[in-house]
Amino acid sequence: MTYSFDFSWIGEYLPVLLKGVGITVELILVGAFFGVALGTLCAWIRALGPLWLRPVVGAYVEMIRNTPFLIQLFFIFFGLPSLGFRMSELQAANLAMIVNLGAYSCEIIRAGIQATPRGQFEAGASLAMSPIQTFWHVVLIPSLQRIWPALSSQIVIVMLGSAAVSQIAAEDLTFAANFIQSRNFRAFEAYLVSTVIYLFLAIVLRQLLRGAGALLFAKRRAAQ
Amino acid sequence: MSLIEITEVRKSFGTNEVLKGINIDVDPGEVIAIIGKSGSGKSTLLRCINGLETIDSGSIAVAGAQLLPDELHLRALRLKIGMIFQSFNLFPHLTAGKNVMLSQMVVKKVPTADAEATARKMLDRVGLAHKFDAYPEELSGGQQQRVAIARALAMQPMALLCDEITSALDPELVNEVLAVVKELAAEGMTLLMVTHEMRFARDVCTRVVFMHQGRVHEIGAPQDVFGDPKTPELKQFLGLQAA
Repeated sequence: MTYSFDFSWIGEYLPVLLKGVGITVELILVGAFFGVALGTLCAWIRALGPLWLRPVVGAYVEMIRNTPFLIQLFFIFFGLPSLGFRMSELQAANLAMIVNLGAYSCEIIRAGIQATPRGQFEAGASLAMSPIQTFWHVVLIPSLQRIWPALSSQIVIVMLGSAAVSQIAAEDLTFAANFIQSRNFRAFEAYLVSTVIYLFLAIVLRQLLRGAGALLFAKRRAAQ
Repeated sequence: MSLIEITEVRKSFGTNEVLKGINIDVDPGEVIAIIGKSGSGKSTLLRCINGLETIDSGSIAVAGAQLLPDELHLRALRLKIGMIFQSFNLFPHLTAGKNVMLSQMVVKKVPTADAEATARKMLDRVGLAHKFDAYPEELSGGQQQRVAIARALAMQPMALLCDEITSALDPELVNEVLAVVKELAAEGMTLLMVTHEMRFARDVCTRVVFMHQGRVHEIGAPQDVFGDPKTPELKQFLGLQAA
């Protein structure tokens, strides 16, 4: 093997890398928060919401879950401007991740809601709480607790999938790696560095999600 | 005037008619035990009274207000009538204290401090003041059921429905729950309980309803129902006659 490794470029391109990391982190924080919020709303509709809305949400979920993320991204960034919805690369990337995670988390959270013992709904009702109050105060937190590991994994998957946004020139970590190797032709080193950073981000994200779970579900408890 | 008026109530699940015209009037302060074999419709009757099941025909009125199956009427009704379940149904993510506080704050918009004061008072009433910060899973079945009673009481209901509230308990825990119910009865709370605790029904209740195949088969004072059963079905149920 005659290839000699050269990482001396890191100093020079550090600002590019850091900017990429920053954008990837921003994408995942915004995407995770609003994606899970959207997923929770959709899960409520599909499990307990108005009957006429359920097929609408069902169609959205199936459409997103059965098409490639890259196509969804292209559709939002290149397709929607034809209808007059113009947005920046970053806005399009954020929107695509929210819409994507919304659909996947909807199905995960719905499973948690539907595993709720009927007695919990009845207890809420017998205390004169409305169905929405019962959902919000009684059903939601134990439901999220039930599916938190699955939801955490899905959030990490979406974070890793965010690499696709480099294809619409959103300047994330993958965009930075592409940019660097196109300048210095150090493809192996550039992608190795970005791989290590993604790995690090994924580990940190998992720990954060575990911490959020511990905070949200003060103690581990099985539903009665 | 009767507090709860149940008139000609009928209820079917599919083609299976489980309530075939029930008439019972409950006066304030009465303690009524509903007994009968499983499948006789006693739990269904109880669940109809606070609208967990809708009735097909007949009427149920509580304190003069008709039970109607829309959201607004149901909530008004459920503010008057509390319910306690066989499986406790405490909220697992909330402490005992928070379980008792929640509906006060969410439904009645009681300020936190007042809700907490009420919760402490109610938990004290069921002998669990010291368990305010315990989670349901840290409590025994009997303690969980007493928290459930405190939770229902915190809404200041005019009557309590008890659906086999000791059936899921170990034998040695039954008495601590029954003692609380007995105290409530002594304080004048109106109680309708589906129960298999015959001794309790005999000692504490003002009237006993024996249900059989979806009908009120016998009704009367406990000494009459237990001491002088009229029908062969009740005699058999009480074990006084060979099957």
